[in-house]
This record gives sequence, structure tokens and C-alpha cells, in this order.
Amino acid sequence: MTTAGTYTPKPGAAPLPRMIGAQAALETKMLLRNGEQLLLTVIIPTLLLVLFSTVDIIDTGKGKSVDFLAPGILALAVMSTAFTGQAIATGFERRYGVLKRLAASPLPRWGLMTAKTASVLVTEVLQVVLLTAIAFSLGWSPHGNPLSVLLLLILGTAAFSGLGLLMAGTLKAEATLAAANLVFLLLLVGGGVIVPMDKFPAGAQDVLGLLPVSALSDGLRDVLQHGAGMPWGDLGILAVWAVVGLGAAGRFFRWE
Amino acid sequence: MRSEPVVQVQALVKRYGDKTAVDGLDLVAEAGITAVLGPNGAGKTTTVETCEGYRKPDSGAVRVLGLDPVRQSGELHSRIGVMLQSGGVYSGARADEMLRHVAKLHAHPLDVDALIERLGLDSCGRTTYRRLSGGQQQRLALAMAVVGRPELVFLDEPTAGLDPQARRATWDLVRDLRADGVSVILTTHYMDEAEQLADDVAIIDAGKVIAQGSPEQLCRGGAENTLRFTGRPGLDVGSLLKALPADCTAAELTPGSYRVGGKIDPQLLATVTSWCAQHGVMPEKISVERHTLEDVFLELTGKELRS
Repeated sequence: MTTAGTYTPKPGAAPLPRMIGAQAALETKMLLRNGEQLLLTVIIPTLLLVLFSTVDIIDTGKGKSVDFLAPGILALAVMSTAFTGQAIATGFERRYGVLKRLAASPLPRWGLMTAKTASVLVTEVLQVVLLTAIAFSLGWSPHGNPLSVLLLLILGTAAFSGLGLLMAGTLKAEATLAAANLVFLLLLVGGGVIVPMDKFPAGAQDVLGLLPVSALSDGLRDVLQHGAGMPWGDLGILAVWAVVGLGAAGRFFRWE
Repeated sequence: MRSEPVVQVQALVKRYGDKTAVDGLDLVAEAGITAVLGPNGAGKTTTVETCEGYRKPDSGAVRVLGLDPVRQSGELHSRIGVMLQSGGVYSGARADEMLRHVAKLHAHPLDVDALIERLGLDSCGRTTYRRLSGGQQQRLALAMAVVGRPELVFLDEPTAGLDPQARRATWDLVRDLRADGVSVILTTHYMDEAEQLADDVAIIDAGKVIAQGSPEQLCRGGAENTLRFTGRPGLDVGSLLKALPADCTAAELTPGSYRVGGKIDPQLLATVTSWCAQHGVMPEKISVERHTLEDVFLELTGKELRS
């Protein structure tokens, strides 16, 4: 059945880049295979973009609706992947002992986190490509410096990842599932994604404007819709969220 | 072949809040197969997980393959294989996909296809982990523990809930690992598993090792054998006891069912049967039983149920 010597020990870790690459590929595959994740990261942003750009439901101010909506939907896409999706997936990986089992593998913990980040970035690239193509087909005409856009997307990803991992690493998986979806819905409505901020009372606007999704959608809109330079204020807000979120996640994350 | 112990645990203490899970435990495991037995809550999993680097000892020293499992976890984790009691796989991953992934984390993995066939995981097909049967999930976890060609494998209750065929398959694999020079530390509730597989058995209770040795040593040390016979109910056990050597015991366990404990040799058997003849008793069934590991275990850890 088995020849002698099949199991003779020959231990060793694979080279780090190969381990991280394999881990990132698997995580991405798991995400793309999961129906609920696809609903959050692809279907909802696409539907919202198409629906509100073509049907005049929300007053998006002067100019084409798609010029207002596309930056907000890009912010939503980042939030859905880096925050909601990552929180839910990681929460259940923790619950089902996946994180625990991987912790006993040759892949170091920081390598696992690097792979998770890479997987989030790959997913975001796919989202941005898809949503940008749809927005162009709806007549979108973006402005501004792509570098500013890239910086906003990266800082936004860092901020949302920190918050998502904080939630996944401290709450029960079921609680994370419920809370991450609720936060997604609340921020979708109150974070300047599809509803312009000036629809809210002045006092509420000041508070809502400090949310990470508001900063990201506002910054993207300043650049892509209005052709502004670096939106330092919004980048600053995102940077603070990123430092606080990632710091707290690093401090409080429990692996099992 | 004489080599360093694969696991050395000295005076290990581990508490969770005010509950002491491991209470000054000493354990040395040599190369080969070591079974760790103990009632639920005895500290088996905590001890094993401390060796795997998951838990930091509150006090005491742990060395696995000569390494500190916490401070040298990186090197340790490339040399050991771990099978958790449950879980450890993405719920949406297929068995072969997960096994191939773990193989990619190692430098010289086993042939994944051969391992899949060997453990009967080829029947899982495209089914994702959450829909696999309990036995398939167990076998996948076992495969994941060995695929990296480790020197030492930790198996936490590897055959819990398996059907007899799957248990045999697991035992065969564990024996092949041993034959090829892989050391195995396994926890189990099954005494026959420990008797069948282990070179060395450690019995843990209340956070301490209370007995350790080969299955044969433990069974012999656990005492003498037992002679059982059946006859009519209500025989005079006191009279029987007088006929027996001083250090023997005799009791009517249930009406008509008698047990004699002590050093059971041919002379003692003759003594019992001649006592029966004198008292007009026909022993309908008479048997001499070797002390099993289960007897020793129950003797050492008590028979009452633990919470």
C-alpha cells in the first residue's frame, strides 16, 4: 500500500513569498466562492450604481448623477471588502479554528495578515475595474489626479481593515456577522455614499463627516467630481482611523 | 537507537482564571508513540497545546524537539504537525484544496494525491468542508498534520467519533509514521487505541501525570489478574476467602456472579475449583482475565462520572 520511507521526516517551511502567495490566493478564492460575500462586494454596489444613476430617486445636486454616485460607490466597495467582508470571514475563521490551525503552520502570523491584506487588495482591484467600467458606460466623466485617488483608496482600506479585524478578533462570529452588516447598512445611508451629506441637519453633518466612509467618499468626490488636488482633510481623518483601528486590532485581537 | 526526548515538560502549571488546568505536570516523551490518557478536564489538551506553542506556561519548562514552543515557535512549527480536536479548515474549502494548501506551506511535502487516496479522501470530491461527514473531517485534519513530513506529530483525539474502518485506517497510518521514524503524541479516550498503538502511555488526572509506562508495565503494575465464575447465588464468600491465600479478594458482584482478585496462578485456580467441589457448586462459567489498561485507568482515576 505504502512503501517504507514515505513518511521519513523531511520538515521545513516553504519560502516566505510562496507561503504568503498561496495563502492570499486561497483567501481570495474563498471570498469569491462565498455567495453572501459576493452580494456585499459586487452585487449591492453594482445595483446601487446602476439604479441611482439611471432612475432619478435621489437629488444628487447639479451635474450627472453618475458623477456624484461613482466616487461614493467606490468608497462603498472598499468598505464592503476591507471592513464588512473581512470582518465576517475572519470572525468565522477564528470561530472554526482556521486561524488556530494556521498558527501552528510554518506561516508566521504576520505572514497570514499580509496575505489577508493582499487578498483584500486583489478583490478591490477587481471591484474598481468592474465598477469603473459600469460607471463609464453610464456616462461618467472623472477628473483629478489618479495618485490622489490611489492614496485615498489605500488609506481607506487600512482604516476599514483595522476596524474589521478589531471586530472579528474580539466579538463572537455571530455578533460580528450581525454588527458588520448593520454597520454596512448604516454607513451606506449616513456616510455620504449615495445620499449627499447636505441632506442631513448641520449638527449631524459635522459628526457624520468624521466617519471613515464619509471621509473616503468625500475625498474621492472632491478629486473625481470636482478635480481637487490632495484632499488632506479627508486623508487625515482616514489616517487617524487607520492608526486607531489597526493599533486596537493589534492590541486586542484574540486568535481563538 | 537512543536519542533525546522529543517532549520534555517540567513542573508545568497553567491556570485559566482561578481554575488550575495543569498543576505541576512532569512528562518526558521519547521517540516513538506516546499516548496521553485522562478523564475529561484532566489537562490533556492544555498540556498538548502548550507543547504546540498555543499557550504560555504560568510556570515550569517545556521543550519540544529541544525548542521553546513560545519563543522558538517559528522553527518548531516547521518541524511538527498538528491535528486539532476539531475544525481548522475554511468552511468553504474542499478537502483536496485545503490539503494542497497546507502542503504548499512546507518545503518537502508528501505526495498529496497519494495521501488523499490513502485516507479515502478522494470520495469527498467537490464537497466543501462544512458538508463533509465527521469522519471525513477528522481524516482531513490528520492528513493536514502529516503532509509537511514532520518529525513529530501531535494528534488530539484522532479517532473520536470514527467508524471502525476509519479507526483502523488511522491506526495503520500512525503505525507507518512510527515505522518511518516519525514520533507521535496522541491524546485519546480509547484504551484499546492506547494499548494497540502506544510504546508509552501517560495517564493524566487533575493536571498531573499519575502513571506512566508501556501498556504492559502499566497493566502489570496495576495489579494482578481477575478470576470470575458463576454459580448459584448466595455462596459463602467468607468461607471461600479462608481457603484462598491471604492477599486475595473475593466478592459476589451480582447474584451468582463471583470475582476473585489476586495473583491468579494454576494453584489458585485449583484452590477455587476444589472449594467449589467441596460445596457442591458447579461453576458454569469460569474465566481468568488479564488486567486491561481500562481496568488500570479506572482504578487510578476512579469510576465516578466527572463533570
